[in-house]
Amino acid sequence: MFNSTTFLAILPEILILVVAMLILVAEPFWKAEQRRNVGWLTAGGLFAVMIISLLFGRPGDPITVLGGMVRFDWLGFFFKMLFLFAGAATSLLLMDNDRVGHRGEAYLLLLASLLGMDLMAASADLVMLYLAIETTSIPLYILSGFMLADEHSTEAGFKYLLFGAMSSAVMLYGFSLLFGFAGTTNIYELKTVLAAGPNTLVMVLGIIFLLLVGLGFKVSVVPFHFWAPDVYQGAPTPVAGFLSTASKAAGFAVLTRLFFVAFPGFSQSWTLIFAVIATVTMTVGNLLALPQTNVKRLLAYSSIAHAGYVMIGVVSFSVLGAASVVFYLAAYIVTNLLAFGIVMAVSRIIGSDDVKDYSGLSRRNPGLALMMLAAFLSLAGMPPFGGFVAKVFVFAAGVQAGYVWLVIVGILNSIIGVYYYLNVMKYVYLFRMPNEDEEKHPVPLTRPYTIALVILALGVILVGTLFAPWFSWSDMAAMNLF
Amino acid sequence: MVPVNYYIILSAILFTIGAVGVLIRRNPLVIFMSVELMLNAANLAMVAFSSVYKSFSGQIFVFFVIAVAAAEVAVGLALIVEIFKTKHNINVDEMNSLKG
Repeated sequence: MFNSTTFLAILPEILILVVAMLILVAEPFWKAEQRRNVGWLTAGGLFAVMIISLLFGRPGDPITVLGGMVRFDWLGFFFKMLFLFAGAATSLLLMDNDRVGHRGEAYLLLLASLLGMDLMAASADLVMLYLAIETTSIPLYILSGFMLADEHSTEAGFKYLLFGAMSSAVMLYGFSLLFGFAGTTNIYELKTVLAAGPNTLVMVLGIIFLLLVGLGFKVSVVPFHFWAPDVYQGAPTPVAGFLSTASKAAGFAVLTRLFFVAFPGFSQSWTLIFAVIATVTMTVGNLLALPQTNVKRLLAYSSIAHAGYVMIGVVSFSVLGAASVVFYLAAYIVTNLLAFGIVMAVSRIIGSDDVKDYSGLSRRNPGLALMMLAAFLSLAGMPPFGGFVAKVFVFAAGVQAGYVWLVIVGILNSIIGVYYYLNVMKYVYLFRMPNEDEEKHPVPLTRPYTIALVILALGVILVGTLFAPWFSWSDMAAMNLF
Repeated sequence: MVPVNYYIILSAILFTIGAVGVLIRRNPLVIFMSVELMLNAANLAMVAFSSVYKSFSGQIFVFFVIAVAAAEVAVGLALIVEIFKTKHNINVDEMNSLKG
């Protein structure tokens, strides 16, 4: 049962564990003021994990290993690489956070949740899926409430935990009914059983609703989005960035695999449900982002809106649709991490997340302002950045599947998005600091921020200009679903 | 032998009680108990189905769920203790410093 393929299938997970052990061993040897170096170790380690997995751990034809628990295919592999990248960037961004960065546990919890995400993207069995989702969530609950002296942070962690525990319990009930209905917990066997058995549509729709509560919470679509703005605002900003990118992408990895593989026979019903959810999510996310004055809350609502755009790809239920979901998430991860990274770097110096305090930023640090422009234009969906190409693919998939009305809603929503993204840039570029000389108040970047932000900014431009290789990888991943 | 329908009806009742408890109670400890009730409703259904299908996967699932529930509650209680230290109050309605 165990052979070399088994180990290759879980190679990234094994290596993440190795990095975690290294941290556990190395951390006590550093003096308290040097502990932030754990961040270098984590980022370097995760980068090495990526290289080794890309060199040796590439999947061939899709196979299922570990007694049907883990699927070894390009879809899972591509998502794993995305998560590793997001984890490396987040650990660099954590380093100079004064209240979190010098604590070794923070990096360890980050790695634990990365491990869970990798398994979420690869799991082929409901047991594995539930465990992976909880392995992802529980460390993130702790990380959200990590700043114990800060009332906002503990409150954010607690709110996240309450919503998370509730929605995962509902999802678990869905799993138990699914098991009772089909007699198997394997996602790939569910398809044949559900197609062959004497199923009533109502029963399956009920189960789909229960599953949607749990997964909708992870990807924060309306009406399961209430936690997102509060948690993003209260949690340490690097953690909020990680939550809004990697955690959301992991949710979508599960959503696409579960629904595309297990419920293809009921696609007419669930695509319609998803189309409605996508419409509501985009509209509510964008409209609520309009009046926000706190940049972190604004990014939270914008990330809800982006979940709506990704949903269009899921609704399409085609190879192009799945590929556009994967591509969108890749572009979104680099873009949103860049946006959150900039917010961290700025708030570390100016001590505020208020949009008004960003006045004159273009004179205080021109390079940072330029990267912020790239990130926000990419979020708004402007060429030549990644966000533009990603939106084109998602909308193309929607049109191909016959959901023209949904694509029109998406385009109208993108226009609303441009307004509030550019509104922030107005403060950065057009406004001046009141009665102050900006030259005297520079916003310097420390080395980890510089490295992380420059890599992410290059990523945003690369995904947007040289999109052909990225898209062919996304396409290869999507092929594995059909 | 008790028919499996009875177990499923009981589990549905337990699940509903749990869900209502989460929604209407304001004490986080009681909310956690309600979440436990929901998890155990799922466990009961899983074990009942498992005996119908003569398959172990449902029972194995239950073991994992119990372990995960314990981990979740441990983290939750730790956060409640921290919140109590700063606020001297753990009412959910009082946790409203994040808004907008």
